[in-house]
Amino acid sequence: MKSVVVNNISKKYGTKKAVTTALQGISFEVDKGELFGIIGPDGAGKTSLFRILTTLLLAEEGTATVDGLDVVKDYKLIRQRVGYMPGRFSLYQDLTVKENLDFFATIFNTSVEENYDLIKDIYSQIEPFKERKAGKLSGGMKQKLALSCALIHRPSVLFLDEPTTGVDAVSRKEFWEMLRKLKAQGITILVSTPYMDEASLCDRVALIQSGKILSIDTPEGVVSAFGKKIMAAKSSDMLNLLADLKKAELLEDAYPFGEYHHAVLKANNSAEELKNYLLQKGYPFEIKETKPNIEDCFMALMKN
Amino acid sequence: MFILLGMPVVQIIIFGFALTNEVKNSKIAILDPSNDAASTSLIAQIEASRYFEVDQVIHSADEIEPIFKKGRIKLAVIFPASFNEDLQHFNKAQVQLIADASDPNVANTLTNYATAVIMDYQDRITQGRKLPYTISTEMRMLYNPELKGAYNFVPGVMAMVLLLVCTMMTAITIVREKEMGTMEIMLVSPMKPFRIVIAKAVPYLLLSSVNITSILLLSVFVLDVPINGSLLLLVFESLLFTLVSLALGLLISSRAESQQTAMFISLVALFLPTVMLSGFMFPVENMPLPLRTVSNIVPAKWYYSIVKSVMIKGIGLHAVWKETLILTGMLIFFLGLAIKNFKIRLA
Repeated sequence: MKSVVVNNISKKYGTKKAVTTALQGISFEVDKGELFGIIGPDGAGKTSLFRILTTLLLAEEGTATVDGLDVVKDYKLIRQRVGYMPGRFSLYQDLTVKENLDFFATIFNTSVEENYDLIKDIYSQIEPFKERKAGKLSGGMKQKLALSCALIHRPSVLFLDEPTTGVDAVSRKEFWEMLRKLKAQGITILVSTPYMDEASLCDRVALIQSGKILSIDTPEGVVSAFGKKIMAAKSSDMLNLLADLKKAELLEDAYPFGEYHHAVLKANNSAEELKNYLLQKGYPFEIKETKPNIEDCFMALMKN
Repeated sequence: MFILLGMPVVQIIIFGFALTNEVKNSKIAILDPSNDAASTSLIAQIEASRYFEVDQVIHSADEIEPIFKKGRIKLAVIFPASFNEDLQHFNKAQVQLIADASDPNVANTLTNYATAVIMDYQDRITQGRKLPYTISTEMRMLYNPELKGAYNFVPGVMAMVLLLVCTMMTAITIVREKEMGTMEIMLVSPMKPFRIVIAKAVPYLLLSSVNITSILLLSVFVLDVPINGSLLLLVFESLLFTLVSLALGLLISSRAESQQTAMFISLVALFLPTVMLSGFMFPVENMPLPLRTVSNIVPAKWYYSIVKSVMIKGIGLHAVWKETLILTGMLIFFLGLAIKNFKIRLA
């Protein structure tokens, strides 16, 4: 059985005058025990999608099921079995770490002891601070506490809305390791993130932009479907280089990428031609071929 | 914008025309066993003034107490059995004024007006006579012989405090959960929305009970305001009013999206009407009809009237059953509306 099935979901906000379309006809399926990433920039509709799946919002069109239960009709049953971690830290800031955990255990009719094995790895890291107020924790620790609270009732599906936004690189890495471990326990995990580099850590990803899904595939699949050559170029005059790359007719696209600019070659043009084009410009540069990654794929999909 | 520009206009109109301490057309009762020429013409003069309106004529002194308990009349004018004779033979006579002093300001104003009218009459009939007639007035302040202001403001403060604590605080705490995002998590849990709401309301119910107790203790032992009626009834009515306020708070919280909105609605839609229209600051009887109609939907008006009746006048449930019934109705209505409006989702 599929853990999550989304069928042609659309969601609009606002009144007649100013309508914002958050989601337009989204469909996808998530298998049981899968770590499914929803990757997209801010405002792509990730949070709306999560809220629809966690029964907090109603979609205008389409249907969705979580664990085989309808998100509209069976909302009460869904609320008992999913774990949800909103994008914004939403625990009681004036309660301590331990009080928060106890509180959420109580409202889910369970106790901390009952499912301690599930959260042990995560909770043990913040346990030394269990008497500290949740509002006084660092960003990474807040995420760990929020995850512990979302897991306290052993949910079958876990919804994590941008869990790593505003968290340092080390904590982000740790967080994804935790998700791997949870997945091993058989929990289906849906995670949204604006960070492209996290996509490769998911089993499958859906690239989403302006409420539409651009592609659903494994991270490797997304990359291999790219099928174009990418050049990375660097110069002492990065600004002019980018301007020249953007003007170049033999390129499909050019954009800054870290310390390089990435240039996507058109199918019938070669790296040699690009080199010659840049040589005419008369400034020193450095160019090499590079492997496409998720971000390159996303940029290409966004353009179409 | 509407608030900025509309507020002063509304306030000037309300304060200028509607909310006055002046007393007009107060309902009074007359006991006139003499029923002679002098008393009749004095009654006519009293009735002719714009301050009084004779509501009923009673025939024995025993009827005085019951009609005051009903709360319909504010003043009774009692003539002696031989008013005209006294005036003609001794050149002096007495009129007794009995006022309902559970609202000391109104009682004071009314007796002053009545005395003035009587003096006016006395001067008129004395004109051109050597020996002046003297009509002396004897005043009796019912329920509050010392005209203590506390008799008036204790019930008012009770209404205000309960409303403020229950309505505003309940509304604000629930809206705060929405703002903090904790409501979002709480909704995605097996907790029934109804339980969330009740859990939020119970602490304020307890707090209000403490408030009721402390206000009553202070008024009895420090301000010397007696509790003339049944304490049990008073506590029961206070709890009823507390529940109405809680229901209102829940209703506001289901509508408001931010703490400021919740606070603003509580203040403008509840606090101001409570202060102005409950009869605590300004007598409701003198307001123009539209405002009097509006005052009927202010819960505090009914509670204020109940507390005054039970605490100051010392009357029982048989006299306040109407107000109690209205409050109960309001409770059911507001609570039903609040539960119906409670959002089980975010939007």
